[in-house]
Amino acid sequence: MVDNRTIIHVENLKKDFGKLEVLKGMSIDIEEGEVVVLLGPSGSGKSTFLRCLNQLEHATAGTIVIDGNTVTDKHTDINKVREEIGMVFQHFNLFPHKTVLENIMLAPVELKRMKKEEAKEKGMKLLKRVGLEAKADAYPSQLSGGQKQRVAIARALAMNPAIMLFDEPTSALDPEMVGEVLNVMQELVSDGMTMVIVTHEIGFAREVSDRVVFMDDGAIVEQGRPDEIFNNPKETRTIDFLKKVL
Amino acid sequence: MIAIVQTYGSMLLGALGKTLLLTLLSLVFAMIVGMIFALMNVGKNRAFNLMGTVYVDAVRGVPLIVLAYFIYFGIPAGIKMIGIQDFRLTALQAGTIALAMNCGAYMAEIIRAGIESVDKGQMEASRSLGLTYGKSMLLVVLPQAIRTMIPSIINQFIITLKDTSILSVIGFPELTNMGKTISGNTFKSLETWAVVGVMYMVVIVTLSKVAKRVERRVNRGR
Repeated sequence: MVDNRTIIHVENLKKDFGKLEVLKGMSIDIEEGEVVVLLGPSGSGKSTFLRCLNQLEHATAGTIVIDGNTVTDKHTDINKVREEIGMVFQHFNLFPHKTVLENIMLAPVELKRMKKEEAKEKGMKLLKRVGLEAKADAYPSQLSGGQKQRVAIARALAMNPAIMLFDEPTSALDPEMVGEVLNVMQELVSDGMTMVIVTHEIGFAREVSDRVVFMDDGAIVEQGRPDEIFNNPKETRTIDFLKKVL
Repeated sequence: MIAIVQTYGSMLLGALGKTLLLTLLSLVFAMIVGMIFALMNVGKNRAFNLMGTVYVDAVRGVPLIVLAYFIYFGIPAGIKMIGIQDFRLTALQAGTIALAMNCGAYMAEIIRAGIESVDKGQMEASRSLGLTYGKSMLLVVLPQAIRTMIPSIINQFIITLKDTSILSVIGFPELTNMGKTISGNTFKSLETWAVVGVMYMVVIVTLSKVAKRVERRVNRGR
């Protein structure tokens, strides 16, 4: 069952870093429950696009509407909207001075969404979900890369977000740890989470995504169902890129 | 030397107490001043950035002794000019202000460097969860920054303790000032200054040993 409600609406998004134009007018609509994979060569603006969605980067021009909130409007309380958007980073960015459980509990408790006990229970439930309940009291430095990234996913889920953003979640991992992280992400897909994923894992994209968006040079070149894009790409730039990575 | 210690021991210890009091008071205020200007410097507000830079440059560009004279003599004179007659600062008040301003500028640089040593991803991860800039700074960035700052803060503590001796020029009865008095009365310069020097040294070496231990303890949980 596909729900047809648009949860992310992006119109003519532009982002400059000084003189460098990274996004040159991007428009896309993403539906609730949709899993979108962004592909493209490095420097194509995939990560910047993702970071604009939760305003870690401020758009130079254009409009972004997340679940009815225009985040590009200065009057929008961006902190409120961010509670709705979980983000997972390439380098995990766990808080090294807090235990695994404290990492997960921080936002729910500080933002007064949950009492401490409740947040702890929720945290343990999430850790169980990513298979790490035994590591609740460990510090991030005691975990492997794959474990760190699973904790980071649990942390991002603690606020019950409607959308999850993944910025190359497996790129900093040793090859043998990629699978455990992809498995957790796959479960989120099964749960119907709206997900926007920047990744180079073509196999994963082919298997779980509803739509593949190929970007180059700050704009969308081509998009479609994964089998269309991977089996019958139409644009030369897409064909060239896929030749290199497949 | 023994004669000096026997006769003036308790006075010297009292003066050492005053030195420590001045150091501690100054450090407490310097931490506050340093934190404020460091936060101004690392933020995105251009006006605050400028204020932070101007403060640090101004204070670092003026010798402590000049700053002390300015505050102790200059400020009351200035206030007199605007018509308030009986405003005076005690030597302790003026000394604390001068040291806190001076030390605060260095502290601001230490804290700024500490904050900037924390990976940018930490702030981003915290903000992405919906925490405000202030909460992210307080709960995520500063606790990590403080660990890297501790050696420099200890160093600054020791420098400030030594700098208190400069304030003997405005007549605050700290250890160096007491040394001046005693050597003037006894004409035993060698003995007096040897005793005073050893007293400073004992306190500073002890402090740095204690501080090392604290540093190790803080680092353990990393």
